[in-house]
Amino acid sequence: MQGSEPANPTDRQNDVLGDVLSRYLKTADSEWYKQRIIGAIICALAVFAVLLIRLFFLQVLKGEEYSRLSENNSIRLQTIDAPRGMIFDRSGKLMVDNRPSFDVSIIPKDARPLGPTLDKLSKLLSVPKEELNSKVAGQTGILTYQPITLKQDIGRRSLAFVEVNKYDLPGIMVNVELRRLYIHKQAATHLLGYLGEINSAELKSGKYTNTRSGDLIGKYGAEKVFDNFLRGKRGGRQVEVNANGQVVKILKTVNARPGNNIYLTIDLEVQNKAEELLKDVLGAIVAIEPASGQILALASSPSFDQNAFVRGMSHGQWEAFIANPLKPLTNRAVQGEYPPASTYKILTAIAGLEEGVIDENTTFTCPGFYKFNNREYRCWKKGGHGTLSVVQAIAESCDVFFYQVGQGVGIDRLAWYARACGLGSRTGINLDNETQGLIPTAAWKKRRTGIEWQEGETLSVAIGQGFNLVTPLQMTGLISGLANDGIKYKPEILGRIETADGQVIKKTEPQVMGQMPISPKTMALVKEGLWRVVNSDRGTAKGARFPGIDISGKTGTAQVVSRKEDEDEPDEEDIPDHLKPHAWFVAYAPSADPKIAVAVVVEHGEHGSGAAAPIAREVIKAYLLKDQLGKRLLANGKEAAP
Amino acid sequence: MFDRRFVQYFDWGLLGLALLLGCIGLVTLYSVVSAGEQTPEKMLVIKQLIWFCAGIVFMVLSFLFNYKFLDRWAHTIYAVCIFLLISVLFFGKYVSGSRRWLMIGPLSIQPSELIKIVVIIILAHYYSRHAYTRGFTLRELFKPTVLVIIPFLLIVRQPDLGTALLVLLIAGSMTVFVKIEKRAVLSIIGFCTIIIPLVWFFLKAYQKRRILTFLNPDRDPLGAGYHIIQSKIAIGSGMMTGKGYLKGTQNALSFLPEQHTDFIFSVFAEEWGFTGSLIVILIFLILIIWALNIAYGCRDPFGTILAVGISAMIFWQVVVNIGMVMGLMPVVGIPLPFISYGGSSIVTVMISIGFLINISMRRFILE
Repeated sequence: MQGSEPANPTDRQNDVLGDVLSRYLKTADSEWYKQRIIGAIICALAVFAVLLIRLFFLQVLKGEEYSRLSENNSIRLQTIDAPRGMIFDRSGKLMVDNRPSFDVSIIPKDARPLGPTLDKLSKLLSVPKEELNSKVAGQTGILTYQPITLKQDIGRRSLAFVEVNKYDLPGIMVNVELRRLYIHKQAATHLLGYLGEINSAELKSGKYTNTRSGDLIGKYGAEKVFDNFLRGKRGGRQVEVNANGQVVKILKTVNARPGNNIYLTIDLEVQNKAEELLKDVLGAIVAIEPASGQILALASSPSFDQNAFVRGMSHGQWEAFIANPLKPLTNRAVQGEYPPASTYKILTAIAGLEEGVIDENTTFTCPGFYKFNNREYRCWKKGGHGTLSVVQAIAESCDVFFYQVGQGVGIDRLAWYARACGLGSRTGINLDNETQGLIPTAAWKKRRTGIEWQEGETLSVAIGQGFNLVTPLQMTGLISGLANDGIKYKPEILGRIETADGQVIKKTEPQVMGQMPISPKTMALVKEGLWRVVNSDRGTAKGARFPGIDISGKTGTAQVVSRKEDEDEPDEEDIPDHLKPHAWFVAYAPSADPKIAVAVVVEHGEHGSGAAAPIAREVIKAYLLKDQLGKRLLANGKEAAP
Repeated sequence: MFDRRFVQYFDWGLLGLALLLGCIGLVTLYSVVSAGEQTPEKMLVIKQLIWFCAGIVFMVLSFLFNYKFLDRWAHTIYAVCIFLLISVLFFGKYVSGSRRWLMIGPLSIQPSELIKIVVIIILAHYYSRHAYTRGFTLRELFKPTVLVIIPFLLIVRQPDLGTALLVLLIAGSMTVFVKIEKRAVLSIIGFCTIIIPLVWFFLKAYQKRRILTFLNPDRDPLGAGYHIIQSKIAIGSGMMTGKGYLKGTQNALSFLPEQHTDFIFSVFAEEWGFTGSLIVILIFLILIIWALNIAYGCRDPFGTILAVGISAMIFWQVVVNIGMVMGLMPVVGIPLPFISYGGSSIVTVMISIGFLINISMRRFILE
């Protein structure tokens, strides 16, 4: 409100300017304030008049209408669930989908009369009436307006019964819910993971947007890692219902936004092959594309059925599952820590060559043992290998040769090369609970046990025994790095993410993690050794040979119990199964231009050559032979063979 | 020290209005907690009664001393309250997504409630010294703007958008009351017409969506829009005479959100109908005019502006809250004074009533 400014210029003779100024700067007095207050009161009255008019409009003019709406609490919210994104393999083959499930639910307030309705329903669904009653009992207040699920996943037959008798069943609804479907039973279980109900800690964490209690979220594997992409956004509608709870009018709808689809780097055929090969054994297989770091297959055995999680497990089932001594939930490919055994000789050779301890012409003679500090360190071949160079030593996996190389290099330099090649640290793969393994150094042992490093322990480490621990994924990284001439890529399981309508929102690019400290000369020698492992007559993995595919690799046989120095090697037949050594094979193919690198570990498989190498060969075959490239290679091989 | 005229001039009418509204609040809260199982615990009524009594004590404390003391200590009071607002950002209790509560021993206080009065005090302090009939120029408005923006931003950070908005509304009303010079008004209007589209242009899509939803709850039919529909059904279904005390169904079935705080008027209107709602709104109107009348009778600029500020505070809270539940205003969390559940809210409003009584009973004292 305007305050009036008293303007009575009576004195015209004097300083007009000063007068104007003093009028202009007139201090507000109590009279002026009073005028402003009257203005304020008028404003307040006007605004309150608007409030009262609105009140009159709602309660008197529209009162009847709102009264009717309030009788049944007719305006209700219904949710529209968002379908979770699908998961595909690298070529677009569907691995995980959603299937419709028909769930019968009841809104107790609308089911009048309640008793007879449940009677009828119990006959139609062939569910005892007591079971239905117990679900409805004890719901009061607003809860009687909330649907209660009576039976999930009813068959098409029951569905037809319920739909036909719809008008005799007030308050009963059949909802279509989407449930996760893992299409290939027990395939890529550890990689894909499973869903579970969100718990209160996860709800509070704020990491899961647009979720509420009762929602399913990814709890393991890709389902967990990419949960925020896979999960859509729930929608809903405001509806008006009649006295029977049937929707008479949809007032407003907010559509659900479906989750994004995920394309993994996995090759479903290779993956299935890997699972099949591991069916009767414990172990893990990782296959990777060396030039990009994309994982082609990642399998761990034993596996489990994800669809059991979809249906929901009882507490007892879950307990039994967790207590299983074979630990089916452990993803051995990224969590399993094993001694690398002879596969580690690759590293000892690299370190020896790079450090100048040996060169391509250095030879050592193996009489079947190596004497050091008055102790005999045996070679796996009792009769000895005779005189060998480094290439032959790799091919024949001579322990005595690498004892001496390891001794020359020393434990700390060995460890440095192992780490530089990616062992003993997490690869950073997009999967949970990756373990880091262990690459020992003298300082580590002192810190850990308080005891100084013993020279003799270096010998054990040099052939991959002792404290060394690696995961199958790390070994895949090593062999794929060699296949790739020393360039290390981050292992990746994600190809791309697309929205439901096919728009690419994320695409992974190969990520270089560094260069292995290997000179071209060393690289050539090591690769020559790896080639001979499979392809020379004295190589340890002749079993991995396959006409037409040129495979290079390295076997390993990892002792589960350490060899006692004084004991004689026990006869193999006498060892109980759980103490038999683990079998390793790491390989790449084709040797000249590797397209696939594989690491295989078979727990208690005894020999790398016998248990692991054929598996690796089959995985490589599955990948290389399936496409045109493979067929051409095969054709070339056949021509060359005769 | 004690003057008989204090008793003679004591504002029994204002005290009566405040107590009447407080009682209406308790009675309505009782209805909220007695209905249905899903409603808040019954202890709320007892708690609110205790807070109301505490509010009366604070009210008495607020009129015992001369209000001019507030003028002298305005800066200190302001500094302390800002300090509390800053500490709440660091040590405040985290409740459903925001930090508003400061725990001091067993007591939890909401400094953002207190700051409403403190902003009124500091502005009254400043404006009473610089008011000219020509109004305030832009240059003169700089300092009060800063004084308001600081607590505003601190409250936005919590975040408590309702209270932040309220602080702006109160400060704005007080500034308009002491008059803004014509050229300054034009500059402010001009500034806004340029800056608002500019800011809008730079906002991200989701921020725009949020603002549009705020202005028009219908855009969020599953959240605020649904609440407003349920609130309108509750109020409308009360019709002329209401469903009767303790007989509201929307409330009983918890179809209303926050029915003990922000939506308490809907519960009241459902049970008491147009008749009851009209009476409550009129009582609020009388209270506001009463407060403005105290400003009218006060011969001291600081007291006048203080009383106007307090009137503005009560006015805006009532208008925004009742306007919101009737679907006239955006959905903001502003409690209805005296009626909504909430300790800090009732104590703050009782303190401000105490200040009004204070100004009223000392109107005969001249400088």
